[in-house]
Amino acid sequence: MTRDEIVNRKSKIVNSYYMIDFSYTVWILLIPLIMFVVVGLFGNRFKPLVSGIAGTAGLFVMWILSLVTAYKYFFVLEKAADGTFQKFLAFNMRWLNLTDTLHIDIGVLLDPISIMMLLVITTVSFMVHVYSIGYMDGEKGFMRFFATLSLFSFSMLGLVVATNIFQMYIFWELVGVSSYLLIGFYYTRDSAVSASKKAFIVTRFADLGFLIGILMLSFSTGTFDFLTLTGANSPAFTAGSGVVFLGLSTMTWSMIFIFMGGAGKSAMFPLHIWLPDAMEGPTPVSALIHAATMVVAGVYLVARLFPIYIFAAPVALDVVMYVGAFSSIFAAIIACTQFDIKRVLAYSTMSQIGLMMFALGVSGYGGHEGLGYMASMFHLFTHAFFKSLLFLGAGAIIHAVHSNVMNEMGGLRKYLPITHATFLIACLAIAGVPPLSGFFSKDEILAAGHERSLMLYWVEMIVSGLTAFYMFRLYFSVFWGHDRHYHHTPHEASKLMTIPLMLLSVGALLAGLIPFSMFVSSDRMPFHTELELGIAIPAVLVGLAGIITAMLFYRKETNLPEKIYNALGGFSTAAYHKFYIDEVYLFITKRIIFNYVSRPIAWFDRHVVDGAMNGISYVTNEASDRIKRFQSGQLQQYALVFVSGVVLLTLLFTYLMTN
Amino acid sequence: MFEGVPLTWFLITGTIMFFVGIYGFLVRKNLITILMSTELILNSVNINFVAFNKILYPDHLEGMFFSIFIIAVAAAEASVAIAIIINIYRRLVDINVEKMNEMKY
Amino acid sequence: MFAIFSAVIIIFSIMTVTSRRILRSATYLLFVLVATGGMYFLLRFNFLAAIQLTLYAGGIVVLIIFSILLTSHIAEKLEAPSLKKTIPAFLAAAGGALITIATILQYNFPAAVASGSERTDIRVIARSLISTEKFGYALPFEVISILLLAAMVGAIILAKKRKD
Repeated sequence: MTRDEIVNRKSKIVNSYYMIDFSYTVWILLIPLIMFVVVGLFGNRFKPLVSGIAGTAGLFVMWILSLVTAYKYFFVLEKAADGTFQKFLAFNMRWLNLTDTLHIDIGVLLDPISIMMLLVITTVSFMVHVYSIGYMDGEKGFMRFFATLSLFSFSMLGLVVATNIFQMYIFWELVGVSSYLLIGFYYTRDSAVSASKKAFIVTRFADLGFLIGILMLSFSTGTFDFLTLTGANSPAFTAGSGVVFLGLSTMTWSMIFIFMGGAGKSAMFPLHIWLPDAMEGPTPVSALIHAATMVVAGVYLVARLFPIYIFAAPVALDVVMYVGAFSSIFAAIIACTQFDIKRVLAYSTMSQIGLMMFALGVSGYGGHEGLGYMASMFHLFTHAFFKSLLFLGAGAIIHAVHSNVMNEMGGLRKYLPITHATFLIACLAIAGVPPLSGFFSKDEILAAGHERSLMLYWVEMIVSGLTAFYMFRLYFSVFWGHDRHYHHTPHEASKLMTIPLMLLSVGALLAGLIPFSMFVSSDRMPFHTELELGIAIPAVLVGLAGIITAMLFYRKETNLPEKIYNALGGFSTAAYHKFYIDEVYLFITKRIIFNYVSRPIAWFDRHVVDGAMNGISYVTNEASDRIKRFQSGQLQQYALVFVSGVVLLTLLFTYLMTN
Repeated sequence: MFEGVPLTWFLITGTIMFFVGIYGFLVRKNLITILMSTELILNSVNINFVAFNKILYPDHLEGMFFSIFIIAVAAAEASVAIAIIINIYRRLVDINVEKMNEMKY
Repeated sequence: MFAIFSAVIIIFSIMTVTSRRILRSATYLLFVLVATGGMYFLLRFNFLAAIQLTLYAGGIVVLIIFSILLTSHIAEKLEAPSLKKTIPAFLAAAGGALITIATILQYNFPAAVASGSERTDIRVIARSLISTEKFGYALPFEVISILLLAAMVGAIILAKKRKD
């Protein structure tokens, strides 16, 4: 049956909801949790390889389940009466009752974006698992790695299928914890430990905003549930609309705070400082967490709450747009000056996510108006493929050369053919060269941006150009350039590492051909999009310009880069030093917060709070010292007390009571 | 010979003797003087008994017998108390009651 | 007669507890006990008075004087007790005395049941001591004898010189 026939049949049937049982999807959550517990507790007893295989097998099952779910949802399940995809709870369980009407559930919500995320997460995670068996081979803590990867998969999946905002928050924090454990995997290294702390603290700080936003939102609307909040008659559209502070309503403020949480997790300016340092973790971790899945959680959050943003807090949506645009150009500039390959990729991730946020910010609602929304999700989808491919490829390079720094590499295309080919595909995809996937998703974003704000459209064009430039700078420096003499000849990685690369490159090549707008859209109604040549051609030209510039500078070793660097003088030094944002943060925390806030509080705690406790014990001691004199051992004192007591009692009973 | 002496005078005498004995018990330092105060107390009680007996119930003898028994018990108690005092004197060479505070805190 | 005896009792008992020489204290005690015996004579309890004089004045006071001689320096003056001790004790005792006297004065004692004989001669006493009917005191008599035995044995053991 074609989809149209299904739709026609649907319009004749009234009020029929999902008739396929999707409750098995809860297993997609439970399998990684079980794997985490089992591998974590018992992984030690077996050879390390067993944990790797167990984790990977779990993920394989989850991947198959997600594919089946996606197929059933998009192709078999009837659409709702108005022609949109259905949005329903596949599984729901009440977890905590806060009041009569307010409760926190745990469950699985299925709608186009959650299923798309399920697919992305399980695919990339599966590829990363297979890759890690090869990459982490021989490492101490192999079992711990796979256990934590499973924990991460569980948390991320729980986040995307969350039925209510509080469940999302719970899993949000769990994702933060897994990220902390994974970044600090090499815990004997000081830099890794600091990086994991930094990541956790910065995202935790952002989550403070998230929590405040949740509380404000749920207080005004009285519910946590997504179906209610983003449904047709959501209380969010009317509640909290009075102007309260700085000319913005409660709902706007709560949405801004929620976005703060999302910005922290997605490394938007100024909460981005943790992402480059997070590269201290093993490369598969960077591929999974900091490229494809965790960092897009913020984008997903805004997408999930999109109806509220559009209808009740459009100012917040503007904030999203500007922050995204600024972050993307900020990161792109810094990426042009970095020499560590993983750091270049980290800034690239920040830039691309800025692009996704920008796309959400410029979006409207419904059909073609919601082009930005669709484009953002599309770019999320394709970005997952090529960015994880880039990271895994970088891992293969690092594995071969035992160094992260671009300056020490060159001419590797002779030694690492498969890595070279897949890396090139990924670079072409991110640069937006047709017909690879990146071209299609970026084109939709630029089209949406063009309709909304011409200035930001040009900013994003510049970003595209810079993206192509720095990616190909990376590519040419590593694979072309001057052939160095390596200590030992670099060799291609094992099949376990190259097969995921190849599979992901298939995704990077072909994912763009999916008619994404027929599946994912802002109001769940499929719509058609066409390629607008007026947008596409300039974008491709800008990308090609970036590639050619990089080729001129870096294909053979020249001193052109240095001349330009020196020509830009202070600006380039600032860019190299990441615009000194870290130093600013350090100053604020050390000089201001530690000195003026923490020190008095510590003093108060030590002297007043502890002093009170000590005071109580001192008083007790003194009192008992005085009282113990009663037991003096003096016979006559005891007799005196006795006689006095008798006299008093007699007095009491004969005269005072009977009067 | 005691006609015309109301009961209350006997009782008041006994009471004063009793409380003087209590005062002595609480105040004196030497153990033997404490013992003497105790004897005062016991005697005052005896006076009470016999006064009640003779004035309120002239043809009964309970009060007298009770007093006899009290005297017997007081004698026994005094002898044991002296034995204890002698013992303490042997150990501490001092019978100041304020020095005997080994049961203190 | 009563006035003399009660005056002696009161004055000498106060002097017993306040005297600073221990032997004088014992002597005053003797006077008090003798006066008490006299009070018993006044109430025509001759037997009891005899027992009082024999046991108390003759036995216990002698015992006390022996122990005084054994354990303290007779000539030495006893310390006066500190004020910290006397005032509370005085207050307690005086308070008690006042309450008791006030109660006594307020109470209406029942009238005397004056009937029958007023015989308190020794024959009646002796009969009562060994009779087992009502108003017989055979049991307390036996118990007292055992108590005296126990006291005797206990005193001997307590006061024995240790071998070590």
